[in-house]
Amino acid sequence: MKRGSMRKVTLEINGKKIEKEVQDNTLLSTLLREHLNLTGTHIGCDTSQCGACVVHVNGNSLKSCTALATDIDGSKITTIEGLATNGKMHPMQEAFKKLHGLQCGFCTPGMVMSAVDLLQKNKKPSDTEIRDWLEGNICRCTGYQNIVAAVKEAATKM
Amino acid sequence: MKDFNYHSAKDIKEASKLSSSNSAFLAGGMTTIPSMKLGLASYKDLINIKNIKKLSGIKVSAKSVTIGAITKHVEVANSKEVKKAIPSLANLAEGIGDPQVRNRGTIGGSVANNDPSADYPSACIALNATIHTNDRKIEASKFFKGMFETALKKGELIEAIEFQIPEKSSYQKHPNPASRYAVVGVYVAKHKKDVNVAVTGAKPCVYNDKDLSKALSNSFSSSSIQNMELDSSDMNSDIHASAEYRASLVVTQAKKAVDAC
Repeated sequence: MKRGSMRKVTLEINGKKIEKEVQDNTLLSTLLREHLNLTGTHIGCDTSQCGACVVHVNGNSLKSCTALATDIDGSKITTIEGLATNGKMHPMQEAFKKLHGLQCGFCTPGMVMSAVDLLQKNKKPSDTEIRDWLEGNICRCTGYQNIVAAVKEAATKM
Repeated sequence: MKDFNYHSAKDIKEASKLSSSNSAFLAGGMTTIPSMKLGLASYKDLINIKNIKKLSGIKVSAKSVTIGAITKHVEVANSKEVKKAIPSLANLAEGIGDPQVRNRGTIGGSVANNDPSADYPSACIALNATIHTNDRKIEASKFFKGMFETALKKGELIEAIEFQIPEKSSYQKHPNPASRYAVVGVYVAKHKKDVNVAVTGAKPCVYNDKDLSKALSNSFSSSSIQNMELDSSDMNSDIHASAEYRASLVVTQAKKAVDAC
């Protein structure tokens, strides 16, 4: 058999069922950005350190640049595009906007997805718990002060 | 990333049958996928073992904690049973990488990879672990052979890791602030007869520090190792820490671990 055959994957992405033919070595981040035009998921370092590519797979956060699309066949995925409902921002997005939890915005999709996962698991995190949780997300602009403030604000709304 | 063929094995037998001299088992992929992306590794076949139920789960008996190879770090970190039987082990799992790595990475993957700075190998050495494979049982002291090298043969699959429950234990890591890998990590475990002081990050491979173990077996207090100076000649030296600094860190982390026991 020739290496790298095509394979069909079935995924539920932001509530929509999607079937796509992918190669065995297609990354989830590539599937999202290049096959489905969901470019809100960013690629920063591409070495699973910066966290700009974080999405939720079956309710847990994961770095999409370090997962094979084939390997998560059958999963439910939420990307940054799937957080808003009826045109209304998610409370975490709202809080990042209100408290300036970003400057250039590149890391923000991953920050927001990680932070939402944190609040799913810990409804009232302390500053230390927020900082610990976000250790897989790197921001080069904000010094994290406003990011932590935004996550705390969102915790009062979620 | 170079092309490969992806397979998903239903059971251990199928996984073993699919393996070859040019294949790798794929669990969380937290090292395998980045290594392949960077061109440091390439395989003809990747064999997903995540769907093999027998490889998952945690069992606790009076003497040991047995953790299935594909059990994720987050599961070990959150396990009430592990927290009760060997709290330091749950604590170690909680400190691996970041939440996304812990949501995906597995204990079997970490042990099989034997990264010189990985956390779990030190737990295996300190807690007199037995590595159960599809072929045999291997004592941890004979399992870790060298940098990224283990006693596993090609196609041999880790099924579970069995840790002996110690009287007291603690793992103290000085993490690299970016990667959370151990610059130096020391796992101290006091068993009925003796004390193990397993060290990761300091040398090319995890090891049991005989001098520290002996001193602590004689007297289990941090003052008994207070002024010890370790030989740094075969320790790692890189931009993160010099060999001399690592040698000093081993003693510091060991003292912290004893005090935390």
